[in-house]
Amino acid sequence: MESLNRRGVLRLAALGGVSWLTPVAELLARDAEAKPTGGPAQSIILLWLAGGPSQLETFDPHPGQAISGGTTAIPTSVPGIQLAKGYERLADQMQHVALVRSLISKEGDHERGSYTVKTGYRPNPTVVHPSIGAICCHQLPVAGTEIPRHVSILDTQWPGVGGFLGKQYDAFQCYDPAEKVPDITARVSDERLDRRLADLNVVERAFARGRAKTAAATLHRNTMASARSMMTSEQLAAFDVSREPEERRKRYGDTPFGRGCLAARRLIEVGVRCVEVNLNGWDTHRDNHEQHAHLAPTLDAALSALLADLAEHDLLRKTIVLCGGEFGRTPKINPLDGRDHWPHGFTMLVAGGGLRGGVALGETDPEGGRNVKDPYEVADLHATVLAALGLDPAHEELAPIGRPIKLSEGKPIRALLA
Amino acid sequence: MWLRNITFALLCLAGLTALAATLVPVHTKHGGRRLRSTVDPQSEVPDRGLVETVRRVDELFRADWSHGELVSAPRADDLTIARRLALGLVGTIPSLEEIRQLEAEPAATRLDRWLTTLLSDRRCHDYLAERLTRAFVGVQDGPFIIYRRRRFVAWLSDQLQANRPYDEIVRELISGSGLWTDQPATNFVTVTIKPDQEKGPDEDELAARVSRAFLGVRLDCAECHDHPFQPWKQADFRGLAAFFGQTKQKPFSGITDADGEYEVDNPKTGEKQTIAPRIPFLAELLPAEGTRRQKIAAWVTHPKNRAFGRAVVNRFWAELFGRPLIEPIDDLQSAGELPPAIDVLADDFVEHGYDLRRLIRAITQTEAFRLDSRGNMGLSDAEVTPDHEAAWASFPLSRLRPEQAIGGLVQSSSLATIDYESHILVRIGRAGAQNDFIKRYGDLGEEEFAPQGGTIPQRLLMMNGQQLQDRIGQTPLTNAAMRIAMLAPTDEKAVETAYLAVLTRRPTPDEARHFVAELADKADPRSRNQRLEDLYWCLLNSTEFSWNH
Repeated sequence: MESLNRRGVLRLAALGGVSWLTPVAELLARDAEAKPTGGPAQSIILLWLAGGPSQLETFDPHPGQAISGGTTAIPTSVPGIQLAKGYERLADQMQHVALVRSLISKEGDHERGSYTVKTGYRPNPTVVHPSIGAICCHQLPVAGTEIPRHVSILDTQWPGVGGFLGKQYDAFQCYDPAEKVPDITARVSDERLDRRLADLNVVERAFARGRAKTAAATLHRNTMASARSMMTSEQLAAFDVSREPEERRKRYGDTPFGRGCLAARRLIEVGVRCVEVNLNGWDTHRDNHEQHAHLAPTLDAALSALLADLAEHDLLRKTIVLCGGEFGRTPKINPLDGRDHWPHGFTMLVAGGGLRGGVALGETDPEGGRNVKDPYEVADLHATVLAALGLDPAHEELAPIGRPIKLSEGKPIRALLA
Repeated sequence: MWLRNITFALLCLAGLTALAATLVPVHTKHGGRRLRSTVDPQSEVPDRGLVETVRRVDELFRADWSHGELVSAPRADDLTIARRLALGLVGTIPSLEEIRQLEAEPAATRLDRWLTTLLSDRRCHDYLAERLTRAFVGVQDGPFIIYRRRRFVAWLSDQLQANRPYDEIVRELISGSGLWTDQPATNFVTVTIKPDQEKGPDEDELAARVSRAFLGVRLDCAECHDHPFQPWKQADFRGLAAFFGQTKQKPFSGITDADGEYEVDNPKTGEKQTIAPRIPFLAELLPAEGTRRQKIAAWVTHPKNRAFGRAVVNRFWAELFGRPLIEPIDDLQSAGELPPAIDVLADDFVEHGYDLRRLIRAITQTEAFRLDSRGNMGLSDAEVTPDHEAAWASFPLSRLRPEQAIGGLVQSSSLATIDYESHILVRIGRAGAQNDFIKRYGDLGEEEFAPQGGTIPQRLLMMNGQQLQDRIGQTPLTNAAMRIAMLAPTDEKAVETAYLAVLTRRPTPDEARHFVAELADKADPRSRNQRLEDLYWCLLNSTEFSWNH
């Protein structure tokens, strides 16, 4: 449903002679203005920090405390919210950003934790739950997108999956946007490819004899045709970041991850529903501070440039940006100067999509204990994202085992829903 | 230093020469490697009991077809059946070499010999071990250090190679003790240990795994609530979990069983509550002696517990047909009335020592397995329909699993069989190609028998992917198309060889005419190599290649 924004109401009022602009209408118009999109969010960009980033060295510093291990903090554009040193550019964007600093999960294993954070459910042997991006594609079908609507950029061990919704919702995997999209370019000339496809008809005809219906039911040829139209789609240009002005590319950083984030924006622009961009290396069981310091410039540049770029392109209000990993890291520093897995209080960064920015929710214990103030379950974060997409988290889809499963079992975080 | 370099160069050269030698022959001499059939004597003497079992199964299916007024498809030809057997048992297609050997055998015994060859092939044990591992412990990497999935698969493969009775294997899985490295079966238990939690093996997950994988019962729905359509109650689930409540993981001795009661938090009151072990049905089969795990293991595999035999029949049926006899594969209880054929097969399996090879023989000798997937082409309206597939009155089309697709792709380009006797470089090449390919093709995980169509990325991978290019491009070492181009004496032979290598059949007269004409066309700007490469591409991208049929 399109809701009117305030200016629209005023314009209508002006046309109609103002007289009907009652307090109720005024309130409605204000409400519409509070959600400036005139509609819910439509897509997700997930910056996946694989391995589990340390909350203390990124979005939830505790400067001066023993657990900080010397990590200092910097102020941000929002008074009272600090980030760890190294995220200066992100600090300037803080008004767009919400930090959920009190996420708790029961999964301290990379695979199980990734599953939990990506799907909002703990692993269960009876069913594979779909990742948030797959749900987004499934619930919000789009017409006219010839390229995959769920994309995972840069190598990752567990890209988003369609789970029980089906393989067609799996993330399409591609690598550094400086390279060609894999498998998308024919290895032979157009002429030869056409010839191959014409010859293929001869083989297909022979196979269909005596089983035309069952052969057609495989949808093999339709899938082949879709693949072919993807190969020639003009939307493929969205993967090509070299078409962006150099100045902008520089802002994202000359790194695969920076290019991935830039490609993510371009993909969202042409109608892709969910893009994961993966940054590995956060599993810092040794030399935690050193490794985090090494990763910070890459993430800071790409994330801050992405937020600014989305805002400039008027895409931020339609796009939910998430940034985090499968869990946080222990407040205690181990003998190798590393931090180990810690699912008992970690941060996810959320921005855009009409969600409230400039806030930090929840607090972890400055002493490093497990008591977290205003804790949120991972599922609550999912419910919030779904709500921002205009979806009802309690909506059920039928898994093949015949069991209805909710999109999310969490409760939307009210403090984030603007 | 230079000495070492030269030695290395010589070694490489020697390796490549040896490799080329194994790859070159298009026509293998029949005096060369033969189908090996000495290991398993079962095939040599027809087993009257087995013949009778198969006859009864066939009778039941026929009654079903005539009841549904279906005319079954005709019998498939031998090569089609040989392809099904290879896909189901070794996860690849027959090599050209194997096809030639197969055709040299007398028609009456050739499929039996082929089956025997496959069953004694190490590839078969490895492939089936991987499939069963998915059902038993899933596909996740599991907890670090205390879980070794690869060791588990290797152990299972050894059990299959020895043709160890299935009930024994399962009892060891459920009740085995010791270290996961030393006693690989215990990985069945250690996989459920959650890191970062002081708790030992997860008894709920074990109860769920045991009931699903070995009994075809999804008790785990009752983990959270009473099952809506089934007699299982939450108490049944808790009672089953209690059998694993004494199982612990110790640093030096691994998985052991202790004393003590199984206590859980009551979800409503939050108080501790003792749960006694309890069996959901057939309680009289539970032995009095042994640890709790030994008792449940004995109960699960008890000859009178029919769920056990049915579950394994359904699983191997699925491996061989690409589709389980009863869907979903691990929820036989909710299927309502079961087709009686499953009990005939299950009883035969239990009565003959839980012999998996015998079960595979029984299933693959049924008429249903050997029917064509298409109607009788001599008759005008003899088309196969989805009704035929549903009633097993024709062989169902099922999409190849990723391992089968890459296995077929690699094999089709090699002509000689890639097996344990293959040159190491070829095998490494296959293993490497396989992992990358499967990742992009999309692993089906545990849901591998859920009916699924193909995806666009899969098509792109087959149309334009690196693996395909390596196999059909201008690289003579891994490329059958090029070798055929060099060695096939005539255009007819070249086309026929390509069809046999990729689709395990000869071209139809129409197809032969079309492609031979292309090869002969003087005006065609493509080189002969390119034309054969294009032919290979067509065959590999066909529905026929990507689906079992």
